Amino acid sequence: MKNLHQKTLTELQSCLSNGDCSSQELAEHFLYRIEANDQLNAFITVDEQRTLEQAKQADVALKDNLGSALTGIPLAHKDIFCTDGLLTTCGSKILNNFISPYDATVVSRLSHAGMVTLGKTNMDEFAMGSSNETSYYGVVSNPWNTNAVPGGSSGGSAAAVSAGLAPAATGTDTGGSIRQPAAFCGITGVKPSYGRVSRYGMIAFASSLDQAGPMARTAEDAALLLDVMCGFDEHDSTSLRQDPVNFSAQLDKSIEGLKIGLPKSFFSQGLDAEVGDVIDTSIKTLEKMGATIVDINLPSSELAVPCYYVLAPAEASSNLSRFDGVRFGHRAKEYDDLGDMYQKSRSEGFGDEVKRRIMIGTYALSSGYYDAYYSKAQKLRRLISNDFDLAFKQCDIILSPTTPSVAFDKNAKTDDPIAMYLNDIYTIPANLAGLPAISLPAGLNPQGMPIGLHLVAPYLEEGRMLNIAHQFQLNTDFHRAFPENYA
Amino acid sequence: MGSVINYPGWEVVIGLEVHTQLKTKSKIFSGASTEFGLEPNTQASSVDLGLPGVLPVANLEAARMAVKFGLAIDAHINRTNVFARKNYFYPDLPKGYQISQMDLPIVGEGKLTISTANGEKVIGITRAHLEEDAGKSLHEDFQGMTGIDLNRAGTPLLEIVSEPDMRSAAEAVAYLRKLHSLVTYLEICDGNMQEGSFRCDANVSVRPVDQKELGTRTESKNINSFRFVERAIDYEIERQIDLIEDGGTVVQETRLYDPDKHETRSMRSKEEAHDYRYFPDPDLPPMILEKSFIDNIRQSLPELPEAKFIRFVEDYKLNEEDATLLTSTRPIADYYEQVVNLSEADAKVTANWITGELFAALNNNDLEIQQSPVSAEQFAALLNRVADNTLSGKMAKQVFTALWKKEGQVDDIIEKQGLKQITDSGTIESIVDEVLTRCTEQVQQHKDGNEKVFGFFVGQVMQASKGKANPGKVNQLLKTKLNQ
Amino acid sequence: MTISNEDVQKIARLARLEVSEEQATKFSDELEKILHLVEKLKACDTTSVEPMTHPFDAALLLREDAVTEVNQRDKFQAIAPATQDGLYLVPKVLD
Repeated sequence: MKNLHQKTLTELQSCLSNGDCSSQELAEHFLYRIEANDQLNAFITVDEQRTLEQAKQADVALKDNLGSALTGIPLAHKDIFCTDGLLTTCGSKILNNFISPYDATVVSRLSHAGMVTLGKTNMDEFAMGSSNETSYYGVVSNPWNTNAVPGGSSGGSAAAVSAGLAPAATGTDTGGSIRQPAAFCGITGVKPSYGRVSRYGMIAFASSLDQAGPMARTAEDAALLLDVMCGFDEHDSTSLRQDPVNFSAQLDKSIEGLKIGLPKSFFSQGLDAEVGDVIDTSIKTLEKMGATIVDINLPSSELAVPCYYVLAPAEASSNLSRFDGVRFGHRAKEYDDLGDMYQKSRSEGFGDEVKRRIMIGTYALSSGYYDAYYSKAQKLRRLISNDFDLAFKQCDIILSPTTPSVAFDKNAKTDDPIAMYLNDIYTIPANLAGLPAISLPAGLNPQGMPIGLHLVAPYLEEGRMLNIAHQFQLNTDFHRAFPENYA
Repeated sequence: MGSVINYPGWEVVIGLEVHTQLKTKSKIFSGASTEFGLEPNTQASSVDLGLPGVLPVANLEAARMAVKFGLAIDAHINRTNVFARKNYFYPDLPKGYQISQMDLPIVGEGKLTISTANGEKVIGITRAHLEEDAGKSLHEDFQGMTGIDLNRAGTPLLEIVSEPDMRSAAEAVAYLRKLHSLVTYLEICDGNMQEGSFRCDANVSVRPVDQKELGTRTESKNINSFRFVERAIDYEIERQIDLIEDGGTVVQETRLYDPDKHETRSMRSKEEAHDYRYFPDPDLPPMILEKSFIDNIRQSLPELPEAKFIRFVEDYKLNEEDATLLTSTRPIADYYEQVVNLSEADAKVTANWITGELFAALNNNDLEIQQSPVSAEQFAALLNRVADNTLSGKMAKQVFTALWKKEGQVDDIIEKQGLKQITDSGTIESIVDEVLTRCTEQVQQHKDGNEKVFGFFVGQVMQASKGKANPGKVNQLLKTKLNQ
Repeated sequence: MTISNEDVQKIARLARLEVSEEQATKFSDELEKILHLVEKLKACDTTSVEPMTHPFDAALLLREDAVTEVNQRDKFQAIAPATQDGLYLVPKVLD
């Protein structure tokens, strides 16, 4: 079989069901590609034997017709998801010896569906970053231009799917960590509504913002994965009590009459012209398909970035306290006493960006500052959320670019945290409001770098969002573009 | 009730924070068992250990128990209440934060009435909130290291915070006893202080009687018996007064009570960072309690100590002192009522036996009534043998001692020790006749009007019967014969 | 808003992070920049706005009181830095 790595999940499904290839062949093919392209540094951990064992089991299930839609198809997991018996680092030195004793719910749901785990993908340390440069395990290269970053924090997953090292991958999104790297790497990435996907076993960054989602070639593939990933989990108190979803069955509706909202302020300052042009073209395409455009306002979203940089670090500062060198993870070799052991273990184990955010969060929560920062930011969060409620009275979906620019070069922003943070200016509002959002390929800039189109839907309207994305992909072939060196 | 020590010129202000471990089967945020005393860390689940990625799921029963307590102290129940994180580092606190409640606790303001030397007093309860217990640090030497056991981590606690309404260590103890009795009555806490199920921190300050504002307070921790509460508080009062009288000032700090030395000492290690950075726990949405949930609990509340006291006085004709003693804890009240129901004896007589013989034995052996070697069934059987005149009071005490030593059942002991009382009139009459015939001199004295000599005859008859003759019958027969 | 090296050290102590003087200077500079960004929030009027802690209004799910966990001590302690007799070992804790 040729070009297995360029195929979508739906295409791989038919390969498997036609007997054109086995799950084992698929696994071997992707394992080979991971090894052959290890200079991308997309993976932190690969366990070939384990992968092949799972593939063999999937082949048995397929032969006995016991499989589900995804049985036998390989995928990669972001290294933020705990995987029983497998190293789970979260991109950090502090977990460089953490063999998780249990599976995250996302992992077990996908495994139960028969999917085969290829390995654990690289990521920004504790998902704190927009370029994958904060990973203790090294930066990941963007397959479209290896001098550029893949985006982050799910940079390894994005690069892996983009370069055909995995047909799909899981990611997590706290402020854009699925959508921004998806945009930078030219793939499709979905952040579901908060509460759709269980957070159990997903190492927490900012609990009230974190949400897991699929990263794939197409919206159709993302829908297939989401159908399995979503569901109530009794181990997660923020998990939504929801009926089983079937987004895959909601993709064939015409978008005739669809009202697309454009937040004016998102198209003004700070947006690269080449990105703006490509998005304009996408808007025209959607109009041709029958959609109408309405201008909307999300005034409070202008403060989304500062709001986010209070709330996320505050929650993170507390979430990361458990990494203390007592029960698991890195413990300093030399120390004077208990306090010193804590400080040294944590200081050796965490990288600078993580420390920076722990410090901001600790400061924002400390006595005397709580009201001015944390409480204030929570109120702004409410205002940002209210803006969306109002906007969705005027439109069915909100469209913008995913990022203000294409993937930037490595080291371009590492010395300027603020410039790095502003990368997430279009993606953060959806996290604060808990809304579903997607990034899908909208074309390439003149230098051949991918540009992402961003859609935000009302709460729990993933079906509508995925349908629009799928219809767009039926009318365009940007999602078919493949980085030349990895074809 | 302990003695009230007076500190002339000073007023003492005491508030208590009591941590009660709730008697749930599983922990407050995980499905691990709360059983006490098992091998270290065998009940520490991934959630209790704070492994990366795990999440808390709250225990309904803990909420139910907290509401039960709230209703019993006539408190406001916050139908929307919120879990918050209290952030600090300590090896027995796995996540680096404790899940507790801050701004919106499940139980709001309530009150508890205590008896003091000067009559009844109402102690305000500020709040009671749910939180998770920490693990334990074991300081035995592990090559100079400390061992951490996280079995206790995640055990549900209800922290009950009082107003600073108490004015002496004795009042503090009375409040604590009342609270202890209440939580065990409600069956929300086993009340076992040795095992740490009911622990107390005391906030103590002193001020000159003419001073309006409160003095600086210290918090004494690690007080795990009623006796220690009194000692720790009195120690702290004296320390503070001495300090101020010597021209010093009291520092607001946490102090640890050392029961061996009967003193409190400063806990330096907890000094440094007192900034807990509370914020609502994003892993746990607000708890919203339906009105029907609260109403159901209200309807199923057990009889509370006050109501039981009134009923005991009315139904069993007990005096207030006995009723107080017999309703002081639920196990005592249950024991008493079980004996009353099982025996033919008068309820008042039963009360005398339990508050007398049984309590003395329990006290001497430092036992709670639940640990009594004499069961309620055995006690009832014993009182039945008194009621049917098989045993005299003195013999019954002998049988009680044997029961206490687990020498068998009541009737076996009577049989074995040959303790059967002689109630047969004919047998007693022949003994009486024998005595009267033998002691002609004393018979004459009686005839001459010396009534006191009557006691001599009783003694002689009892001696002759080896103490087994029924005293009532002996009296009756002697009177008849001597007056013939 | 200025953040001194001393402020940085105080925050670092609360967060149990060790920060050298050199790092403290760098952090104080960066934290100032971030707080400057965050200062923008203050301009926004939020009177009578309720803080939003959770992205959707749901009541806490409470579980029935049942023991569902089994002893996994060996598995959990296999990944621990130091244990003995089933206990986690840490440098001496002083009360």
